[in-house]
Amino acid sequence: MIVEATGLTKSYGGTEVLSGVDLSVREGEVIALLGPNGAGKTTTVRILTTLTRPTAGHATIAGYDVVRAANKVRGVISLTGQYAAVDDNQTGRENLVMVGRLMHLGRGPARQRAGELLERFGLAGAMDRRVKTYSGGMRRRLDLAMSLIGRPRVIFLDEPTTGLDPASRLTMWEAIGELVRDGTTILLTTQYLEEADRLADRIVLLDRGRITASGTADALKSRIGGERIELHFTDAVDALKSVDVVGGLADGVLVNLPSDGTAAHLHSVLDELRAQGLHPARVSSHRPTLDDVFLTLTAKETA
Amino acid sequence: MSHEGFAAAVSDTATMIDRSVRLTRRNVDTLFVSVLLPVLMMTLFVFVFGGAIETGTRYINYVVPGILLLTTGYGASNTAMAVADDMTKGMIDRLRSLPVRSFAVLTGHVTASVVRNAVSTAIVLLASLAMGFRPNASAAEWFGAIGLLALYVVALSWLAAGLGVIAKTVESASTLSFFMLFLPYLSSAFVQPETMPRWLRPISEHQPITPVIETVRSFLTGTPLGSSGWIALAWCSGLLIFSVIFASLLYRRRTSN
Repeated sequence: MIVEATGLTKSYGGTEVLSGVDLSVREGEVIALLGPNGAGKTTTVRILTTLTRPTAGHATIAGYDVVRAANKVRGVISLTGQYAAVDDNQTGRENLVMVGRLMHLGRGPARQRAGELLERFGLAGAMDRRVKTYSGGMRRRLDLAMSLIGRPRVIFLDEPTTGLDPASRLTMWEAIGELVRDGTTILLTTQYLEEADRLADRIVLLDRGRITASGTADALKSRIGGERIELHFTDAVDALKSVDVVGGLADGVLVNLPSDGTAAHLHSVLDELRAQGLHPARVSSHRPTLDDVFLTLTAKETA
Repeated sequence: MSHEGFAAAVSDTATMIDRSVRLTRRNVDTLFVSVLLPVLMMTLFVFVFGGAIETGTRYINYVVPGILLLTTGYGASNTAMAVADDMTKGMIDRLRSLPVRSFAVLTGHVTASVVRNAVSTAIVLLASLAMGFRPNASAAEWFGAIGLLALYVVALSWLAAGLGVIAKTVESASTLSFFMLFLPYLSSAFVQPETMPRWLRPISEHQPITPVIETVRSFLTGTPLGSSGWIALAWCSGLLIFSVIFASLLYRRRTSN
C-alpha cells in the first residue's frame, strides 16, 4: 500500500473535524474522497501531505511516516490545492522551473522537464507570459503541471475543478485522465459525484469526519438497489407526506425511492399516493446515480 | 546538518531569493512608490517647512538621514505584505509540501527586501544630492553610514517578515507595519527633539530610530556623534536578533498546526 492511514483524527480547539479515518491506497490506484463541505476531505489531504499534524492516528506514504519523516514524504508526493498556488508575476515557465529547482532536479533538467509539461498541458504558447494574464483554467493546468515536475509517486488533488467553468473542467478532467493512464497514484477530493464517477477507481464517501462508505462507483450504486423512481411534487409538504406513504427520501419537492423497475411497482406507488390524496405532477425513473448513493447514505447518518 | 543537507539548503535559499527578487523587479509600481513618497516628503520638508525649521545648519543637510530611514520603512512594509501574500494565498502550502528547508522562504523574502531597499535608498540619496544635499564624509565615514543603514535594513526586514507571518490578510500586514512609517516622525528626523514638548522629548530621544539617524547624520555631515554610534549599533543588533527569532518562531507556529 502506497498510502496507509489508520485512525486519523483531528480536532481544532475541542471540535473534532476528523474522527478515525482509515484509508489505504494501492500503487496506481485513483481514489476519490467524496463529501460535502466540512466533511473532512481537505483535513485528510493536509495530514497526508504533511501540512497538518493529526491529533491521533498515523499515516505513511511510500513507507514514510507523515509526521516523523515529513521531508521524505514531501520528496515523493505533490499537492494541488483548492486555489492555484502560482506566482502571478512569474511566467508559466519560471513558475515550473522554480518548483523543479525546489525538488532538487538541478537547473538544466528542471528547464527541460518544464518544457515537456508546458507542451503536455497546452501551455507552450503562453509559457513566457506572466501568469496574471492566464485564464482560470490555464492557471489550474499550470498548477497541476507544477505538481508533476518532480515525478511524484502520489498526487493529491484537492478539489481540482472547484470554481471552474464547464469547458475548463472538461480540459482539467482530460489532463487528470492522462495521469491516470500513466499509472500514477492519485488521491483527489471532490464535491462532484460526476467527477468521482468519471476519474476514480474507488470512491470513499466522507461525511462529518467519518467514512460512511467505500467502493467502486458501481458497487456503491448497487448498494442502494436497482432503478430509482423520482416523484416531482409542486409542494414540499406533499413530498414529505408521500415519504410517509411510500418511503424513499424527500429533497424539496422531489421524492426519490428505490424500485425494481417494473410498471407494476410504479402503478402500486401511484395508487397508494392517490388513496392519500397525493398527486405528483411528474414521474421519472432512472438508473441510480452517485447522487442517489450520496443522499441515501448521508441521510441515513442524519436519521 | 549533512553535507548534502547543507547543499540543498543553500540551493533552496538561492531559488527563493531568485523568486523574490524577480517578483520585486516586476512589481515596479511598488518600488516606484517606495522611492517617490520619500522624495516627495523630502521636497516638502526642504522647500516648504524647511525654511521655518531651525536646526543650526542648512535644512537639507539635516533632513536627509531621516528621509533615508523613512525610505527603508516603506520598503519594510512591502516586505510584510509580500510575506503575508504567500502565507494567505496558498503558496505556502505548495512550498511546504515540497522538500524545501522552511527558513528558505523567509530568507528569500528578506534578501529581496534588502536588495529592494538598497536600490530605493540609493535612488533617494541621489535625489537628495540633486536637491542640494552636501555630505562631507570621508570614505570611512561613508562605509560606516552605509554599514549601519544596511544592518538596520536587515533587522527591519526580518521584523517585517515576522509581521507578514502573523498578519491574517495582506491588508492587515500593511497596517501592522504602519508604525515603521510613523516612528521616524517622532524622532530627530525632521526637527530637533529639544523643540518638542517636554513629555514627548524622552520618547523621541530614546526610541531606536533617533540614534541611528544621529549616527548617519554625524558620519555624513559631521555633526557631533556622542554615544549615538554605539547605541545605534546596540539597537540594530538587538532588533536583528529579536526579529530573526520572532519571525522564525511565528513561522514555525503558523505552519505546524
